[in-house]
Amino acid sequence: MILFDPKGPIGNDERFLIIAAIVLMLIVVVPAMVMAIWFALRYRASNTKATYMPKWSYSAKIHLVVWLVPVAIVTVLGYLAWSRTHRLDPYKPIDSGVRPISIEAVSLDWKWLFIYPERNIATVNQLVFPANVPLSFRITSDTVMTSFFIPQLGSQIYAMAGMQTRLHLMADEPGVYYGQNQQFSGRGFSDMHFKAIAISLEEFEAWLQRAKEAPDKLDWARFKELAKPSVGHPVTTFSSVQPDLFDHIIDKYTRKQVNPSAMSKESGAARAKPRDSEDS
Amino acid sequence: MLGKLSLSAIPYDKPIVMGAVSSALLLAMVILALITYYRKWTYLWQEWLTSLDHKKIGIMYIILALVMLLRGFSDAILMRSQQAVAVGASQGYLPPEHFNQIFSAHGTIMIVFMAMPFLVGLMNIVVPQQIGARDVAFPFLNSISFWLTTAGALLVMVSLGVGEFSKAGWSGYAPLTEKQYSPSTGVDYWIWAFQIAGIGSLMSGINFLVTILRMRAPGMTLMRMPMFVWTTFFTNVLMIFAFPVLTVALALVALDRYLGMHFFTNTLGGNVMMYANLFWIWGHPEVYIVILPAFGVFSEVVATFSGKRLFGYTSLVYATAAIMVLSFSVWVHHFFTMGAGPDVNIFFGITTMMIAIPTGVKVFNWLFTMYRGRIRFTTPMYWTLGFLTTFVIGGMTGVLMSVPPADYVLHNSLFLIAHFHNVLIPGSLFGFFAGYAYWFPKAVGFRLNEDWGKRAFWCWLIGFYLAFMPLYVLGFMGMPRRMEHYANPAWQPYLVIAAGGAAVILLGIIFQMVQLAVSIKDRRATRDLTGDPWNGRTLEWTTSSPPAVYNFARIPVVRDIDALTDMKEKGVAFTQSDQYHDIPMPKNTGKGFIIGVLNFILGFAMVWYIWWLALLSALSILLMVIARSADDDTHYLVPAEEVARIETQRYRSAPPTTAD
Repeated sequence: MILFDPKGPIGNDERFLIIAAIVLMLIVVVPAMVMAIWFALRYRASNTKATYMPKWSYSAKIHLVVWLVPVAIVTVLGYLAWSRTHRLDPYKPIDSGVRPISIEAVSLDWKWLFIYPERNIATVNQLVFPANVPLSFRITSDTVMTSFFIPQLGSQIYAMAGMQTRLHLMADEPGVYYGQNQQFSGRGFSDMHFKAIAISLEEFEAWLQRAKEAPDKLDWARFKELAKPSVGHPVTTFSSVQPDLFDHIIDKYTRKQVNPSAMSKESGAARAKPRDSEDS
Repeated sequence: MLGKLSLSAIPYDKPIVMGAVSSALLLAMVILALITYYRKWTYLWQEWLTSLDHKKIGIMYIILALVMLLRGFSDAILMRSQQAVAVGASQGYLPPEHFNQIFSAHGTIMIVFMAMPFLVGLMNIVVPQQIGARDVAFPFLNSISFWLTTAGALLVMVSLGVGEFSKAGWSGYAPLTEKQYSPSTGVDYWIWAFQIAGIGSLMSGINFLVTILRMRAPGMTLMRMPMFVWTTFFTNVLMIFAFPVLTVALALVALDRYLGMHFFTNTLGGNVMMYANLFWIWGHPEVYIVILPAFGVFSEVVATFSGKRLFGYTSLVYATAAIMVLSFSVWVHHFFTMGAGPDVNIFFGITTMMIAIPTGVKVFNWLFTMYRGRIRFTTPMYWTLGFLTTFVIGGMTGVLMSVPPADYVLHNSLFLIAHFHNVLIPGSLFGFFAGYAYWFPKAVGFRLNEDWGKRAFWCWLIGFYLAFMPLYVLGFMGMPRRMEHYANPAWQPYLVIAAGGAAVILLGIIFQMVQLAVSIKDRRATRDLTGDPWNGRTLEWTTSSPPAVYNFARIPVVRDIDALTDMKEKGVAFTQSDQYHDIPMPKNTGKGFIIGVLNFILGFAMVWYIWWLALLSALSILLMVIARSADDDTHYLVPAEEVARIETQRYRSAPPTTAD
C-alpha cells in the first residue's frame, strides 16, 4: 500500500492525516458496530429475560452523548484538517532551504509532456528529477481535464486547458516512482502513466547533459505533432524547447481567438497569478 | 429523413454487444408473446399502463428498478471480470470503446434508473397510505413522472443496440463530453436519457411534497408523521431544489453539442470547471435524495420489528433536516483537487464532516430503538442490521475523504469507488430491499419467502465485503478508477477477490429471483388477510392487503406518532365502519403513457438529428398536455354500496383482531 509508504514530505504528512482521522473516527464507529450486534443478540425476541420497554423512546443522557461525542470528534478533526489543508496546499512551496526546480507538465492525449524551463529541455512520459530538491510544477492540459498524480510523493492536481494549476512535491530518497493521470480522459486513459525517477543531484546533472545531446527539438510544429492523440507514446527527450512553450499552450485557449473574451482570461491563466506571487 | 441514423449504427461486429442485444430482444419477445397468448393486453392497458392509482404506479416503478438493477449489475460483472484479467500485456476481453461505455452506463443506470425508480416506487406505495390519504395530490402528474423515467430507461437500453452509449463517465465531465472529444451519439443518449428521467423526478418531488403537506389525515400533525414520510418529505425538497440545476447543466451541454455554443468548451470562454460545479450542486444532494428514503425505511423496520417506539423521534427529524440543509453546502468536496485555495477547500471539507454528526445521531437512534426491544429477525430486519454494521465503515471513509489533503491522494482512486458503494449499497440499496420485503405483502397481498430472502441477504452482505474491501486497499495502492487495463501486477490479486465478490452478489440476485418465484408459487399459504402481517405501527397496515383502490373507506383520525399501535391499545383498530360514502377517485387515462412514448421518440430523434420527428413529437407532447388540461371529466365515484360490499368482504375473510 504505497500511500502508507510515502517517499516525500507531502506524502508523509498526508499519511499521518489519514491515520489520525481513521483513529479518531473509530471512537464512534467501533462502539456503533459492537452495539448493533450486541443489542440485536441481547434483545432478540426469544430472550424473554431481557428487559422489554415498548414505550421507552427518549433519554436526555443518551441524546447528549450521541450529539456531543460526534461534535467533539468533528471539532478535533476539523481543526486538524484546517491546519493541514493550509500547510499542504498544493500551491504552497516546500520550505527546505534548497532552491526548487521548475517543471512544466502538460497533459496531452494520452501522454505527459514535462518541460524543464530552466534547462530548456523536455521529456515525454518520463519525469527525471533529483531527490531532496523541491519540485515546483506548473500544470496545464492541451486536451480534456486530467489529473497529475505521483502517489508516493503526495498530492494530485487537475490539469485543465487554458489554465494553469500548481503543485509542489519533493522526494526524500532516490527511486523509481509511478506517476499517472488519475482523472478519466477517454480512450487512451489506461496507458497514460509514466515513471517518475528520483536520482541524486550529480546523476541528475549527468542526465541533463545526456538530454542536451538528444536529436529531437521541441518547437511549435513538433509540439503540434506530439499533441495528436496517441496511446503508449515512447519515452522521448527533447534537447531544446521553444521559449515560453507552456504559456503558448495556455494562450491558445485564452488569447488568440476570433472573439477575445474577458471571461476566458479571467478563468484562465490570470486565475493563478495572485497565488504565483507566493512562489517567488 | 433519418438524420444520422443508418444501418451502420447497429454494432454487428461486436459479439458481446450483439449477444446482450439479442438476449434482451428475445426476452422482450417472450414477454410480448406470453401477454398475447394469455390475452392480457386489455388487462395490461386498463389495469396498469393507464392507471393513475399510486399503488400500481409504485409497483411499476419497482419493476422498472429491478429490471434496471439487472442491467446495471451485468455492467458491474463485466467491469469486475475485465479488471480481474487485464493486467500487463493482457488487455482483457473488452476494448476501451466498450469498457468506457459500460462504466458510464453502470453509473447512470444505478443512480437514475435503479435507485430513483426504487425510492419513488416505495414512496408511491407507502406515503399516501401512511398519511391516511386516498391518492397523491396530482395522480396524472404521477403517471407522467413514471412514464418519463421509463422513457429515459428505454433510451439507455436502445443505445445498446442502436449506436452507442456515452464513453465519458456517468458524471459526464466537460470538456470530454463536448463534440470535439466525443463526436459520436453516445453522449447524446446520456443527455436525453438523463434529462427526460430528471424532469420526471422533479415532478415526483413536487407531487409528493404537496401530497405530504396537504393530504394528511386529521390529527396527523407534522410531528406525528411516520419517519418514512419525513424522510420522503426532505427528499422531495432536495429534488425540487437540486433537479433544476441538473436540467440546466444538461441543457447547456446540449446547447454546446447541438448549436456549437461554448458553455463548457476549452475555447471561446467556455468554463469546464463550471460544469463540475453545476453537476455536483445537483449530484451531492442527489446522494441524499437516494439515501434519506432508505433511512426512512430503516426507521420503520427497526421500530416494527423491535416492537418498540422509534427512539428519539424528534432528534431524528431534526437530524434529517440538518442533513437536508447541509447537503447543499458540500459539493466542492467532489473536486478538492481542482486547484481552489485552502480556505475554499477547508470550508467544504468541514461542512462535509458536519454531515457526519446528524448521520451518526441517526445511527445511534436506530441502535437505541433496538435496545430494550423484542427483536424479530425477519428479512427486512436482516437488511437493517447489515446496513447498521456496514454503513458506518462507508461513513468513516467518507469523513476521511472530506479532509482535503487526504482527498489529494485518495481522489479518483478505487478508494473513492469503495467509499461510495459502501454508502450507497448498504445505505440505499439494502434500505430499498428492506422496504421491498417489508411492504411487499401490503402491495400485492402475500408475503415474500423468508428463507430465500435471508439467503439472498447473506450473499449480498458477504459479496459486498469481498467486492469492495479490496478496492479500499487498491485505493491505498494508488490504483485510479475506470482503468480498462493496468500495468501493475500487484493490483491483480485484489481485483480477482473483488470479481469473486461480484459473483457472490450475483448469487444473491439469483436467490432474490428464486425468492420471488417461490413466493408467487406459495402465495395462497402466505396470503395476508389481516392487512397487518408484521404487527405494524403505522396507518398503512390498517388497510387491506392489497388495499382497495380508495385505500381507506373512512379517513382515519390520528392521535399518536405510532397511529396504529395507539388504535390497537385503545381497541379501535380494524373496526368496520357501519356507514360509507361515495368516494371520488381519478379515472384512468392513457395520456401519461402516450406522453412517455412521445418523450422517448423525442429523445431518440434528438440523438439521431431527426429534426422533423423531434419537432413532431415535441408538438404532440404539448397537444397531449393541452388536451388533458381541457378534460374536466377526470374523476369517477365509487358508490357507497360498492365500498360497503368491498369492506364487508374484507372483514368477513379476515375477522379483525387486535393482534398481540
